[in-house]
Amino acid sequence: MAKSLDYEKLGLRVGLEIHQQLDTKSKLFCNCPTVLREDEPDITFVRRLRPTQSELGEIDPAARFEFEKKKLFVYQSYNDTVCLVEHDEEPPHLLDKESLEIALTVALLMNATPVDEVHVMRKIVIDGSNTSGFQRTSIIALGGYITLPDSGKKIGIQTLCLEEDAARKISEDEKTITYRLDRLGIPLIEIATAPDIHTPEEARVVALRIGQLLRSTKRVKRGLGTIRQDINISIKDGAIIEVKGIQKLDLIDKIVENEVKRQVRLLELRDELKKRGLNESMFKSDFVDITDALKDCKSSIIKNTIKHGGVILALKLPKFNGLLGFELQPNYRFGTELAEHVKFWSGLKGLFHTDELPKYGITETDVLKIRELTNASDEDAVVIVAGPKDKCTIALEKVLERAKQALHGVPEETRGGSPDGITHYLRPRPGAARMYPETDVPPTPVTDEMLDNIRKNLPELPEEKYKRFREVYKLNEKLANAMIRSLYIDIFEDLVNKYPSVSPTTIATTFENTLISLRRESIPIENLDDNHFDELFGSLASGKISKEAIPEVLAYLAKNPEKHVDDAIKELKLESITPEELDKIIDAIIAKNKSLIEQRKEKAYGPLMGMVMKQVRGRIDGKIVGERLKEKIKQLIQS
Amino acid sequence: MSNKDDSNLFSGYHGLALNILQKFDAHVGDRVKIETDSKALEGILIPRAELTTTHDHVVIKLKNGYNLGVHVSKIKSISVIERGRMLRPELPEIPVSYREDAPEVSIVSTGGTIASRVDYQSGAVYPALDARDLYNVVPELGDYAKLKTRFLFNIFSENITPSHWTKLAAEIAKDIQDGVDGIVVTHGTDTMGYSSAALSFALQNLPVPVVFVGSQRSSDRPSSDAAMNLLSAVITAANAPFAHVVVVMHGTEDDKFCYCHPGTKVRKNHTSKRDAFRTINDYPIAKVENGRIIMLKKDFVPRDKKRELVLKPKFDNRVAFVKAYPGIPPEIIDLFVDKKYHGIVLEGTGLGHAPEYLNDALKRAIEEGIPVVMTSQCIWGRINMYVYRTGRQLLNLGVIPGEDMLPETAYVKLMWVLAQTRDMKEIRSMMLTNFAGEITPQTRSKEFLG
Repeated sequence: MAKSLDYEKLGLRVGLEIHQQLDTKSKLFCNCPTVLREDEPDITFVRRLRPTQSELGEIDPAARFEFEKKKLFVYQSYNDTVCLVEHDEEPPHLLDKESLEIALTVALLMNATPVDEVHVMRKIVIDGSNTSGFQRTSIIALGGYITLPDSGKKIGIQTLCLEEDAARKISEDEKTITYRLDRLGIPLIEIATAPDIHTPEEARVVALRIGQLLRSTKRVKRGLGTIRQDINISIKDGAIIEVKGIQKLDLIDKIVENEVKRQVRLLELRDELKKRGLNESMFKSDFVDITDALKDCKSSIIKNTIKHGGVILALKLPKFNGLLGFELQPNYRFGTELAEHVKFWSGLKGLFHTDELPKYGITETDVLKIRELTNASDEDAVVIVAGPKDKCTIALEKVLERAKQALHGVPEETRGGSPDGITHYLRPRPGAARMYPETDVPPTPVTDEMLDNIRKNLPELPEEKYKRFREVYKLNEKLANAMIRSLYIDIFEDLVNKYPSVSPTTIATTFENTLISLRRESIPIENLDDNHFDELFGSLASGKISKEAIPEVLAYLAKNPEKHVDDAIKELKLESITPEELDKIIDAIIAKNKSLIEQRKEKAYGPLMGMVMKQVRGRIDGKIVGERLKEKIKQLIQS
Repeated sequence: MSNKDDSNLFSGYHGLALNILQKFDAHVGDRVKIETDSKALEGILIPRAELTTTHDHVVIKLKNGYNLGVHVSKIKSISVIERGRMLRPELPEIPVSYREDAPEVSIVSTGGTIASRVDYQSGAVYPALDARDLYNVVPELGDYAKLKTRFLFNIFSENITPSHWTKLAAEIAKDIQDGVDGIVVTHGTDTMGYSSAALSFALQNLPVPVVFVGSQRSSDRPSSDAAMNLLSAVITAANAPFAHVVVVMHGTEDDKFCYCHPGTKVRKNHTSKRDAFRTINDYPIAKVENGRIIMLKKDFVPRDKKRELVLKPKFDNRVAFVKAYPGIPPEIIDLFVDKKYHGIVLEGTGLGHAPEYLNDALKRAIEEGIPVVMTSQCIWGRINMYVYRTGRQLLNLGVIPGEDMLPETAYVKLMWVLAQTRDMKEIRSMMLTNFAGEITPQTRSKEFLG
C-alpha cells in the first residue's frame, strides 16, 4: 500500500472546479448585503421541496435520494439583511451588474471568450440548501487557459460561471435540516478547468494560481469558506469521481493521492473477485433475520436493538471473505465504504462484517451461528446490520448494490474529503440534465463597450507585480515572492507610495517577517489594522522612531489596539535620539569604563556596545551606534 | 415538418435573429454548430423567450445544460447537425393509484399551471393536463379523491371577464348535477378573489363545496406552493363538512397548513408571498393541515348533496369601479353616466367619503337610475357615512353604503344584482342583504391584519 504511484502510467486526469465568493455590495439577485451573521436569527420558517420530473418521467437520482429522505427544511433569516428573494417569496431581481463585471474581468484574465448574452439557468438542487429548490447559475465565458508560473504549462479553462451561493447548513437531525439564509445569494464565480492536470502536486499549483488570479481583482472575498474547490479525479479504467467542497489548498494533493489509491485498489479488488470466480448471479438478496440467534449476544449495540424492538439482519456476500478488510485508503477499508453507504441511505450508524469478527462483544460462537444461518462458506463474508426493520432492509439493499459494483471496479459517485485527506462517500452522482431556464430573469447582453471598459482596467497579474516589486521596489526574490502572495499586498503598496522615504524592503519585511515572528511569540497580531501600519510607517518616515523599534511598537499596538504609535513611543521610551545625543551617552559610558578599555583595548567594544544598546535600542539605527562607539574607542586608545 | 408554420420552427425569433435562422435553415430544437470569429459552439437551438425585448441573439443550450445567446453580428455560419423535434414528450406510464371508495372531485382549470412538468432538454414547461398527469405530479391526491378534470379556459387571471364567471358557474352546475362530492377550480391568483366572489353569488343554495386554488410560486419549481395548495383544495372539496365557495391557499410563509377563506371575504394582499391571501373583516372557515380539516368557524352551511342548487350565473358587465382619490376629476363619473353604464361602485376614502365636488356628478348618476355603492379603500373595517357631513351628503344623494363588503366583492355583487333587476329600490335592498357571507353583522377586533 505504501508504494508510490506512477501517475503517468495510471493515466491520472484531474480537473478542478473552483468556487470563489465575490466581495460585492449586493447579492446576485437582490439588494441584500453579502454578509454572514452569527447573532440570533429573528425569523424562522419551514418548507418542503418536491422534485420535478424530467421529461422521461425519471427523477434525477440525486434529487430522488433527497426526496426519499423526506426532510423538513428549517430556514433562519434576518429581517434587516435578508429579504423575500432569499425566502423564495419574491421573484429574483435583475442580475447584479457588479458581479457580472467581476466575472468578466476574471474571464479576460483567464483568456476566456465571454458569451454575447448571459442566460440565467435553474440547476435543480433539492437538499434544501436553496429555498427555491434550484441554484441560479449562468455561463459567462468559455474556452480559456491559465499559464502556470514555474513550468509555463497551459491549463485549459472550460467554463466560467456566475452563480448564487447556497444557504449555510447549521444543523441536521433525522427529520429536519436547518439552514441560515445569510449566505444564500452571495455571488460566486465557478471556474472549471479542463482535465489537464496529471499529478496531485500540479492540482495544488493550479488551485493556487487560480486563487491568485482571482485575488488580483481585489474584489473577491477572503477567509475560510470564501473559496471552495471541487476536484474531479479519474484514472484509466477507473471512474470520474467528484470530490466536493475542499476548503483548504494544502489538502488538494493529499485528496488526489488518496482517491487515486482508492481507485487503484478498487480495480485490484475487482480483479481479485474475478479471480475467485464471482459473477453477478451469485448475489442473492436474502436478508436473513438472525435476531433470535443473537438474543444472548454480549454486544451492546445488538442488545440495545433487541431491547427496542429492532431486528438483526444478515446478508451473505459470496466470495468476499477477507475482502471487506481490503484497504482502499489509509485506515479505510472496503468495509468502511459499505458502512458509509449504509449510514447515508438508511440512517443506521454502521454495520458489522465477518472480516472484523469476533469483536465488539460478538463471539466466535455467534459468528459460527451467523455463518450457518446465512449459509456462508469460508469463502464468503457476511454483513450484519442492527436496527428498525425497514432501515435494516434499506441498508442491506445498499450493501448488496455496492458489493455488486465491486465486480465492475469504480462506481461513479460524489465524494467528500475529510481534514486528513481521505475521500468519503457523499451521494450518488447527479444526472446531467437538471437545468432549465430561469424565466424570471431576462437575458443580459454583454456588449463590446462593456468588454472594452473592462479590458482597459484589467488588474495587474501576479507575475507582473512580482517583476515590478523586484525592479521598482528592489525587493529581493524571496521577499517579492512572499509579497505577491501576501494578504497585506494592498496595504504594502499603499504604504510604499505614501512614504517614499521608507524603503519598500523595510515595509515588506515588516509584513512578511516581523509579523510572523510576533505571531510565534503569541502576540495577537490579528488586532492590527491598516491604521496601525499607516501610523507606524508614518512615524518611521518622520524619524520619530527607528527601524529597530518596529517589532516593539507592533507588539505594543497588537496588545493595545486602541492606543497609538505616540503612546508606544512614550511608554516604551522609544523617542529617536540624534547622533549628538548618542555621542553624549557613549561618552558617559566610556568615562565610567575607562579601565575596561585600558585592559582589553579594541576588545572592550563588545561589552561596551551591550551597555550602550541597553540605553538606545530602538531609538537610533544600531549601525550608527556601532560606528560611533568604535570611533570613540579608537580615539581613546590612540590618545 | 414542411407544413408546419414558421412560428413554430422559429419560435419567439424576430428581426435579425429570425433572418439568420432562415438563411441557414436552422429550426428550434435542431442540434446545431454555430461558428463565430472567436469560437465554435455546439448545442440545441432554443426558442427565444417571448418576453425578451431584443431580437439580435440566437439562443442555444450547450451539452452541459447551460443556455447562452450568440449575437447575430458575430455568427459566420450555422450548420444543422441533427434535426430536432420539439414535441410534447409522452408521459411515462406510471400506474395511477387511488382509493376506489374515495369521494369524487371535479377539477376545473381556468388557466395558469397548478401542476406541471419541465422538459430539461428544451426548458419548456408542460402543464399537467389530465387526472393522470395530476396523480403523477402529486401522487398523494390518490389517497383523498377520485379526480375528473376539465380544461375550461387557458388564460391568465388578469384576462378573466364576467362572461368567464358565467361559463364557469354553468360548468360547475353540471358537475353538481352529475353528483360530484366537491369541485376544485384552479385559477391564477391575481383576480381569484373576484372570481370566488362571483361564484359565491352565482351558485346559490350550494350542496357541496366549491374550492378555488392557485399558486404564488410557479409549479415548475421544487419549492412551489402549488402541490400543497392543490392537495389541500382537493381534501377540502372531498371532505369538508361545509358547502361554501372558498379559496384555499397557504396560511403562512411555512409549508405547514392552508386556510379556507370565505369566497366573498378574501383578498390578495401581497404581490408575491405564499400567504398573500387573507380573509378580510371575517375569519377563515377552516384550515387544512397534515391531510385533516380543522374547522375555525361554527356557523357554516353543512354539505348536503340533496340540497337543490339555484344557479344565477348572469353578470351585468356595465358596472364601473372607481377609486376616489385627491384630485379625481368629476368627468370620470360623467363619462360613465354619458356612456349609459348601469352602476358605479366607489372605493371611497376612510369611512366612505369622496371629494364634495363629485356630488353634482354623483347626483346626476343616481337621478338617471345608476346606483352608486360606497365601499372603502381602507380595506379593513365598515362603511359609516353618518359621522361626517360629506358622508351624510352622499347618503342624501342616494348613495348605497356597502357595509363591510370588500370593494371588489361589492363590484361583483352589483353586477350580479343588476343582471337580475334594474329597479333602484330592489337594487338597494339586495345590495344591503347578505347573500353569501359578504356582509357580516359585527366588526371584530382580531379580524384586522389577521
